[in-house]
Amino acid sequence: MLRIPCPWCGLRDESEFRYRGDAGRPRPAAEAGLDAFNTHVYERDNPRDWHTEWWLHIAGCRRLLRVVRHTLTHEIRSVEAASQPQGAERGR
Amino acid sequence: MGGPARIGPGMLTAGSRPLHFRFDGRELQGLAGDTLASALLANGVLQVGRSFKYHRPRGIVTAGPEEPCALVDVIGLHGREPNVPASTLPLSEGLTAESQNRWPSLRLDVRSLADRLARFLPAGFYYKTFMSPGWAWERLYEPLIRRAAGLGRLSADLEPHADPAETVHDHADVLVVGAGAAGLAAACRLGGAGLRVILAEQDVLCGGGTLLDERWTQWRNALRARLEQLPTVRCLTRTAVLGAYGHGVFGALETLSADESARFGGLRERFRVMRVRRVLLATGVLERLIAFPGNDVPGVMLAGAALRYLRRYGVAAGRRPALFANNDEAYEALFALAAAGVHCAGVIDPRPDSRPAARARALGIPVHGAALVGAVDGRHQVRAVTITELDGRPRFVLEADGLLISGGQLPASALAGQLGATLEWHEGQAAFIPQLAAASGHIAGGARGVCGLAAAAADGDAAACAVAAELGRSAAALDLPPVPADPEATALRPLWEVRGRGKAFVDLQNDVTTDDIRLAVREGYEHLEHMKRYTTFGMATDQGRIGGLVGCAVLAEARGVPLSEVGALRERPFTQPVPFAALAGAEVRGHFRPRRRLALHAWHESAGATFVSAGLWLRPLVYSREPGWAPVLAEARAVRERVGITDVSTLGKIDVQGPDAARFLDLMYANTFSTVAVGRARYGIMLREDGLLLDDGTTSRLAAGHFIITTTTANSAAVLEHLEFHLQSTCAALDVVLTDIADQWAQFAVAGPRAREVVAPLTALDISKEAFPFMAVAETTLAGVPGRLFRISFSGELAYELAVPATEALAVWSALLESGARFDIRPYGLDALNTLRIEKGHITTAELNGNTTAEDLGLQRLLKKQGDFIGRTLAQRAGLNAGERLQLVGVRPAARSARLRNGSQLVSPAAPGMSLGYLTSATPSIEFDGWVGLALLSAGRQRIGERLLARSPVHAEEVEVQILSAHMLDPENTRVRS
Repeated sequence: MLRIPCPWCGLRDESEFRYRGDAGRPRPAAEAGLDAFNTHVYERDNPRDWHTEWWLHIAGCRRLLRVVRHTLTHEIRSVEAASQPQGAERGR
Repeated sequence: MGGPARIGPGMLTAGSRPLHFRFDGRELQGLAGDTLASALLANGVLQVGRSFKYHRPRGIVTAGPEEPCALVDVIGLHGREPNVPASTLPLSEGLTAESQNRWPSLRLDVRSLADRLARFLPAGFYYKTFMSPGWAWERLYEPLIRRAAGLGRLSADLEPHADPAETVHDHADVLVVGAGAAGLAAACRLGGAGLRVILAEQDVLCGGGTLLDERWTQWRNALRARLEQLPTVRCLTRTAVLGAYGHGVFGALETLSADESARFGGLRERFRVMRVRRVLLATGVLERLIAFPGNDVPGVMLAGAALRYLRRYGVAAGRRPALFANNDEAYEALFALAAAGVHCAGVIDPRPDSRPAARARALGIPVHGAALVGAVDGRHQVRAVTITELDGRPRFVLEADGLLISGGQLPASALAGQLGATLEWHEGQAAFIPQLAAASGHIAGGARGVCGLAAAAADGDAAACAVAAELGRSAAALDLPPVPADPEATALRPLWEVRGRGKAFVDLQNDVTTDDIRLAVREGYEHLEHMKRYTTFGMATDQGRIGGLVGCAVLAEARGVPLSEVGALRERPFTQPVPFAALAGAEVRGHFRPRRRLALHAWHESAGATFVSAGLWLRPLVYSREPGWAPVLAEARAVRERVGITDVSTLGKIDVQGPDAARFLDLMYANTFSTVAVGRARYGIMLREDGLLLDDGTTSRLAAGHFIITTTTANSAAVLEHLEFHLQSTCAALDVVLTDIADQWAQFAVAGPRAREVVAPLTALDISKEAFPFMAVAETTLAGVPGRLFRISFSGELAYELAVPATEALAVWSALLESGARFDIRPYGLDALNTLRIEKGHITTAELNGNTTAEDLGLQRLLKKQGDFIGRTLAQRAGLNAGERLQLVGVRPAARSARLRNGSQLVSPAAPGMSLGYLTSATPSIEFDGWVGLALLSAGRQRIGERLLARSPVHAEEVEVQILSAHMLDPENTRVRS
């Protein structure tokens, strides 16, 4: 079982998170066409290496995390927020 | 003393009270502290089961969880539990156990005929032998094989109260697995450094190998006393660590002692989930068997097991046992038995001479050097063994009633393997030694090939110092008694197999012989993992603990390669069998998953509701405990004719706020929300990026930057996750905040021609047709409570939905009932809601099933032409718009008296074997005569007006149906707009 150090909540069990796949594949532009979206949705590398992936802390702070994990050892090298919550600085 | 073979006071049974137990109907007596195996041996019961495939008589081979043969059924208060190792099962008063895999009795088993037919039942026989005729496999061969093979029987009766189990979560700095010499030393050192330590020991007491050597008593007692004083160390005995799951997470099974079990209300097991920063594996060693013909006859036992039975329980493994061993440690059993007065028949050792051989001779025990055991005489018990020269020539026959065997020791590496250890071949010990990267964990003592207790203790201490240093701690050496010196040893002579006539087993539980392995190699299954699957070698519950390496050596020899090239079996979680009940813990029956109760649950219950589980919610299905459609139709009729009220609080509700809220929703929904006026709602559909439908629902605009989304009950979590993901990745630049308000707001639908008259008195708002038209939304006070009013309809009638804070739910609900009393308002449940929406052709998750597109469900006009949205591009794929796709249609039986069933297949009368689609929803109708339904039908919209058959082969039913538009009721929407 992975234990992911959430920047907001601390070290948490994998079961609190939802895996959202490869974080190195941004959504194509609106007019990128069928092939680009087909690749985006269906085609995945299966690396035996470091892998940058999305983990959504759905049962915690609901922040999306960009996690760098080794697919063989499961070692987690870094965890960071996908984005700063907009409006956070205004204290909303 | 509890049985004829009990020849002295055992460490665990000395002076303890007698216990009565039954084995295969025989009344027997043992002692408190016994395991079932030791009590059976004490009573001279050698044969305890029949083998898996050949039904050969089998006895007790080990004294621990690695036991391959002595698996029994335990008949308890709550049914029969199969495959319990007798070697770890604590004896208790009244224990009832039965042997497995025999019929009609253990002694006479008719299926042991399989043993004589073995030439026709080679490895992989069922792939070869039972090939034809084709029908016979399912009807004849498989049932026969299933009855003959297998181990225990699971009891089929489900009782309302099985034995309770629980799950416990532990946290510590260091987990030390195994409390032998290495583990005890390590735990003392780590605890002394102030670290929080869990010392997990599968045995009933700490000590491991030191328990079998009296010279270590003082040292062991000193360390146990020291550990008790260390406040940060917890010793968990009877706790087997079953799996290593990475990131410092381990699973362990604690079996409670009888006393503790009584204190905890009959609790038998605790499943412990351990989360730790470091792990130190001090799991010690396992003894391995030697493969020779007849090495499975009852009375053949590992030498180390015989030593344990004597030291711990005072039980002798035979009155005249012989020893067959290739290493010094094995002789300890012989010396201990001789010291206890047992006459030993002799020693067979492939080494010409050794230090312990000389000692044995001095004790008057005959030692046959440079010799092997070539055969065992006896079927139900060892009677004699044939001693041969190293080249196989017979030397002579030695009478003996038991044979202690040992092929050497090897590290217990199951957990290390799970943590990714590499195995390094060690020629001197003829064993694989696991090596772990420091980041994964540390191994100490016998578990990493260190020989001798004193060396193991020193190694455990050194490993603990390394772990403490990693965690930034240091600890002074402890003031402990000196350790006894390890004896000097004569080198082991590797010995795997003695070839001869008869079956030589490498896997006693799955009945795999050395010949099976050679057959696999001949047939091309040369790789260990292929051979394993072909022969089932190492695939039993013991995972080949005592014979695994032996089988690998036989494979290496057959292939003509070194053993180091073949490798060893991969050991997987769980390291030993675990009852499902222990894994389930308390999450059974009513606690299987959480239950969400509506704010009005108590009201619904008092109104006589029957509840149904929807998602995690308990929803009122119908306000009646009577079966049948009559109460459902009465509720639905009230809505069509007068007015009804239903609790729709289970719908997902998400609050979307921020200056970019409208832009965000435009991307997430297939239709447009930026054009929705404040104070209006719009029905919307959401696609997945692959172009299929994800969910639908109404979204209301309360302010320029404030929307409320509703989702279906079933998809509420998925939609929230979908929105959060895209908001923080695809749309990270947008200023939007999502809040899940599903629990905070209760929501009720008031539907029917009189709905306006019911709602109007509760609000100061003008809700006339003109002032508050269909799809209008307002924030207003409802029965004195600040809430939200929506004019939306799922039933097809004039309807309002009222949302109020969940804490005020009862007040507002009651006010509505009071206001509706003059129209005889009726609460209606999910079944009536379904009847109403099917008539209207509205979809739910029965149609939003993950396979349907907007086009399929007739929602294509909602897909916006301008601007991007999730799923837009891939929804245009040709395959998702092909004319023959299943499309939503309405269905009515041609004969009005016929009923429809969900799941019925629609077929053409001309081709009744070819499904054209299926019914997704069906109900008796209020508005129409007879039943109505919705269906997904190939090219459905073009088939409107056709007649097809709705077939349900499982019900042997066939109904002629008429295909209609899905919008069966009020297609012009005059009612909802009235």
